[in-house]
Amino acid sequence: MNKIQKVTRRSFIRSVGLASGGLIIACNVPSSSEKGPMKRAFNGEIFEPNLFVQLKDNGDLVLTASRSEMGQGVRTSLTSIIADEMDADWNLVSVVQAVGDAKYGNQNTDGSRSVRTLYETMRKMGATAKAMLITAAATQLKVDEASLKTENHFVIDTTSNKKIFYGDLIKEASKVNIPENPSLKDPKDFKYIGKGLKSVDGADFASGKAKYGMDIKLPDMKYATVARCPVTFGTVKSFDKTKAMAIVGVLDIIEIPKIEKPFGTLGGVVVIANNSWAAMNGKDALEIVWDYGDNKSYNSDSYTKMITNNVHKKGKEIRNDGNVHKAFKNATQSIESTYNLPHLVHAPMEVPNATAWVKEDNTCEVWAPTQTPQAARKEVVDFLEVEEKDVTINVTFLGGGFGRKSKPDYVVEAVAISKAINAPVQVIWTREDDIQHSYYHTVSAQYIKASLDSEGNVTGWLHRVAYPSIASTFAPDTGFAAGFEFGQGLVNIPYQIDNVRCENSKAPAHIRIGWLRSVINIVQSFSVNTFVDELAAKAGKDPLQFRLNLIGDDRIEESNSGYHFDSAKLKNVLKVAATNADYGKQLPEGHGIGIAVHYSFFTYVASLIEVSVINGKLKIHNIYSAIDCGRAVNIDTIKAQMEGAAIFGMSLAYYGKITAKDGAIEQSNYHDYQMIRINQTPKIHVEIIESNAIPTGVGEPGVPPIAPAIVNAIYNATGKRYYSLPLQDHELV
Amino acid sequence: MVKLTINNKEHQIDVDIKMPLLWVIRDSIGLTGTKYGCGKGICGACTVLVDGNPIRSCSTPVSFAEGKSILTIEGVENENKVLQEVWEDINVPQCGYCQSGQIMSAVALLDKNTNPTDEEIDTAMSGNICRCGTYQRIRNAIHKTAELTNNKTVAK
Repeated sequence: MNKIQKVTRRSFIRSVGLASGGLIIACNVPSSSEKGPMKRAFNGEIFEPNLFVQLKDNGDLVLTASRSEMGQGVRTSLTSIIADEMDADWNLVSVVQAVGDAKYGNQNTDGSRSVRTLYETMRKMGATAKAMLITAAATQLKVDEASLKTENHFVIDTTSNKKIFYGDLIKEASKVNIPENPSLKDPKDFKYIGKGLKSVDGADFASGKAKYGMDIKLPDMKYATVARCPVTFGTVKSFDKTKAMAIVGVLDIIEIPKIEKPFGTLGGVVVIANNSWAAMNGKDALEIVWDYGDNKSYNSDSYTKMITNNVHKKGKEIRNDGNVHKAFKNATQSIESTYNLPHLVHAPMEVPNATAWVKEDNTCEVWAPTQTPQAARKEVVDFLEVEEKDVTINVTFLGGGFGRKSKPDYVVEAVAISKAINAPVQVIWTREDDIQHSYYHTVSAQYIKASLDSEGNVTGWLHRVAYPSIASTFAPDTGFAAGFEFGQGLVNIPYQIDNVRCENSKAPAHIRIGWLRSVINIVQSFSVNTFVDELAAKAGKDPLQFRLNLIGDDRIEESNSGYHFDSAKLKNVLKVAATNADYGKQLPEGHGIGIAVHYSFFTYVASLIEVSVINGKLKIHNIYSAIDCGRAVNIDTIKAQMEGAAIFGMSLAYYGKITAKDGAIEQSNYHDYQMIRINQTPKIHVEIIESNAIPTGVGEPGVPPIAPAIVNAIYNATGKRYYSLPLQDHELV
Repeated sequence: MVKLTINNKEHQIDVDIKMPLLWVIRDSIGLTGTKYGCGKGICGACTVLVDGNPIRSCSTPVSFAEGKSILTIEGVENENKVLQEVWEDINVPQCGYCQSGQIMSAVALLDKNTNPTDEEIDTAMSGNICRCGTYQRIRNAIHKTAELTNNKTVAK
């Protein structure tokens, strides 16, 4: 059960630095049951949220957001849950951003899990506050609590119709013991949950006032850039700083060593300057001799050939149900296909950056756009060899994250430089640095073979994958992938097939591999969804009906994550998206429609995409997506995330390709790592399935169906299938 | 010394005349609403208006803007407050980082074309990348701003 503690006003003020007091409640929640290996889980991290409500005597309600805002609207959605349970007036709410501190529980803003894992806790936070205000009002009015109700920041006595404003109750409420199990609202009484509240930060975003990492300015702050070895983990042999030092504004050139940790810095030559531009120019003027190290031999083209060969041979068994080989032997017909997808990079609009100030007493304050303030804090504590209390990580707005800012290497870098120069410093990555020194989405090869019986039913399914694992970033590389990666659409394909075998083939890592929005779901959703389309054609069936049949009977597949897969929900999103697309209608000449459906982050998404291919050029006209993410906390945010996911999926399908030659990344900026732009943007139609189930992921699940639905639509329009991305390599865009 | 007029305010700054306008605005003047995105004029995050025309400040030397009128996101409330309100009202921004540049391009468009079509919007706005993918809402917001502004003009 959740344990709720009362925190004194003094300790709260000390811990989060708020200047004025009021009713303050802390809520500690120990880890939930969501741990251990999960068939359908993103990962099994511990869930330990801890959140704050602060009500002032003028009624101002300050709510703390413990997760980072990177465009997913989390500062609004999390706090709106508290405010709803509290029956608070949304106009009186303001939001403060938590610093990185374990007292807030897990703050990792990743895995599409902020609302999913904090929903109940947030409700309890609001309900606790409300219960205490009611008790206080009962004392003040000398009436029974049963005669009291709450409404829009007031406690109302239903017998006398007397109203007391929340702000007028703070003194009395502070004396009340915190209830163990405050009652929660009936969802039918929700006022904010399930609606489309505007972002609490909208006005700041539209006026340039929102502060991102690079907007932090400290007195006497220096600006720094770092020249890192083009080959991952290479080191500096020697350098000549003469030309760089001659640039006006450049103050100093130093070297920082590589830090051998998953989130350690790559090390390199640092240019210290009194403005950003001089720091960037200084970097360009450096003459450095590198020791490229072992990864110099990495060429992604030949590597792709190697892992493709690997998936054409027997791999390590990951799942084995029935006997696929027997099924293949008895098949009426069978098909096999091989898929290749390249490395990708996040390229958030705001490059990695961090501002750090290591003071004379070795305490340190950091301002950074980070998805993981606690991991950042730990890395800094380890680096400085100080205690946690000596390190403060302030979380700024993130100009996009997409998983890049889950890795705080750039934070440690800023701290190392500040310590070396004994001054506050802002480290800025250029766009080229961002593209060339990231933690990349993996490169992959996949092979699928399936058999059909005489009626076109799928009898056997063999799926082999090879991709450098994210695990290689954290532990010595085995060359094989990890369980959480297989759980993203490989071992948990949603189809009812008697004989299924999944295998993993070897693929060692030569660059840093990391999470990118929806992670390995991108890879496995692509092959599975395009292969099923091919199977439908082979069986001579309609691709929509074929999928519905393949998903099979209505059933619940239990998972120890606590989130159980419901096949009826998957079929439903397909049907809803198909209805919205008016599936089956006559399409104009050169047009086609493609389907994909995927279950990820415990959320069901289907997308139908209408394209045209005219004179060999692809145009996307309409994207119809349907999402079942349990209870929708903020419908406008969910729509926005689905719209954004569609564009993100289009970008990777059209252009996404990072290649390495002699260990160095060949792309450098948005001209050779392109993004979808407004003139390519189709009409995006989103339907959110109404549900009373617990909320599930939203930020990522919209991405995986997009690329395969596009490729299937191209087939529908042209009769030609593509087994690799990006489409620019096929000269379609 | 470089003399600049930003949002109707004059500034005298001692910088290298080759320094891109972006860094003068951000590091020397301290107006941080204008963003760095690519440094090559490809993404549009750094867009400001110089004499009403959208330019990529990351790749425009400060000398180009000398003696001209510069408008940054911080000055938009005096130029097109309606657009900012619409942007907020229909929740255009996601992470918000590119939105200063998007808004500057939109202000310039609506200044010249009071009722743009989708195609005209696409043409005017295609220099601004949004990695979050808010393009559909940007189109809607520009149409809505045009509608509100034109109705107001008619009412006058």
